[in-house]
Amino acid sequence: MDFSPIWLTLKLAGITTLILLFVGLPFAWWLSRGRSFWKIIIEAIITMPLVLPPSVLGFYLLLAFSTQHGLGKWLQKVFDVQFVFSFQGLVLASVIYSIPFMVGPVKSALQQLPSSLAEASYTLGKTEWQTFRYVLLPNIKPSLLTAAVLTFAHTLGEFGVVLMIGGNIPGVTRVASIAVYDAVEQRDYAMANNYSLILFAITFVLVIAVFVFNKYQAKGPLA
Amino acid sequence: MINIAIEKKLKAYHGQQVLKVNRQFTTGSVTKIYGPSGSGKTTFLKIIAGLVTPEKGTIVSDDITWFNAETKVNIPTQKRNTGFVFQQYALFPNMTVRQHLEYATADEAWIKKLLLLGKLDTLQEHKPDYLSGGQQQRLAILRALATKPQILLMDEPFSALDPKMKTELIGELKEVIKELNITTLIVSHNPQELDGWADGELVFE
Repeated sequence: MDFSPIWLTLKLAGITTLILLFVGLPFAWWLSRGRSFWKIIIEAIITMPLVLPPSVLGFYLLLAFSTQHGLGKWLQKVFDVQFVFSFQGLVLASVIYSIPFMVGPVKSALQQLPSSLAEASYTLGKTEWQTFRYVLLPNIKPSLLTAAVLTFAHTLGEFGVVLMIGGNIPGVTRVASIAVYDAVEQRDYAMANNYSLILFAITFVLVIAVFVFNKYQAKGPLA
Repeated sequence: MINIAIEKKLKAYHGQQVLKVNRQFTTGSVTKIYGPSGSGKTTFLKIIAGLVTPEKGTIVSDDITWFNAETKVNIPTQKRNTGFVFQQYALFPNMTVRQHLEYATADEAWIKKLLLLGKLDTLQEHKPDYLSGGQQQRLAILRALATKPQILLMDEPFSALDPKMKTELIGELKEVIKELNITTLIVSHNPQELDGWADGELVFE
């Protein structure tokens, strides 16, 4: 059995989660503070991947990054990067596709913290960044972990977006979900079952881990 | 000396109410503030700390303008050097008693003195969840003092303390506040607890 689709999937999910931790946290923090017209619009945009068919998202990404014209052509010409049918394209698509899974839970966790926590920190002379780093972030640890695991699991489950922008190139863009589809197309049901079972097992363990962790956290005070 | 002349609209259940204060507090003075719920006592303290912005007026502390609605001066909370004791304590759940003080100051001798003052020296490694209500309240007071503030703003700071502890703590606080010459404003539902200490009062209608 060819394990490369499994490794590729895990690598993609890992990189996506890491990027979203860095990009998503400040973003969630910004969104959690006050309301404005632009915040509502931006929040709606990053929530779209939750409700949009993945193929729609993939289609627009394919158009945007096609090397034939516009942005995609410019990126290839100036930076020599290509986002269609490449691994970096998968990463970019996954980041966009999974962003609501990271930003959503972290944002609501930040909003649920009493505003007096940050206020107390400010009266001690601490900057907004120090307050975020030493007061807010440590107190939303459980939500942070949940968000990271859900982002990882959601990326494992990608299909439509990945297929549209990445295609099915062995070792480059053929992730496990696509390998399942490919095997079924070729009527190799045993192979399809192998990939499916592995994906099922990994995601099941991840979801169980989140449940167990949250239950433990709910019982005890913040660690 | 701090000079405050401000106006702030308060959101009230029945329509709107305007908080108007025009008052001077001399350096080192201790003022008790009381009045009915919703009369803007907490908002007033937050305005001084820079956590709430009034619509009109000025705040001038020792000739430095902290706030001026007309010239749009508004010094951020971080630079006002006020100590604030929140009514709900606002302790950091992730930090131990000691870490609360270390977060506020690097002065180890001062931390030790504060821990003794609040009788929390034996509970240094405990997080707020493992402290009683009275211990949490004392920690909130210690944290506010940790930065050696110029102005100390306390919102119902003794409500969770038993009478004996309250008398002892007030006795000790008196000395520290006098020693550091801190201008102190205390909101209290029970103003007689400050008899013999407060040298002025501000009544909210």
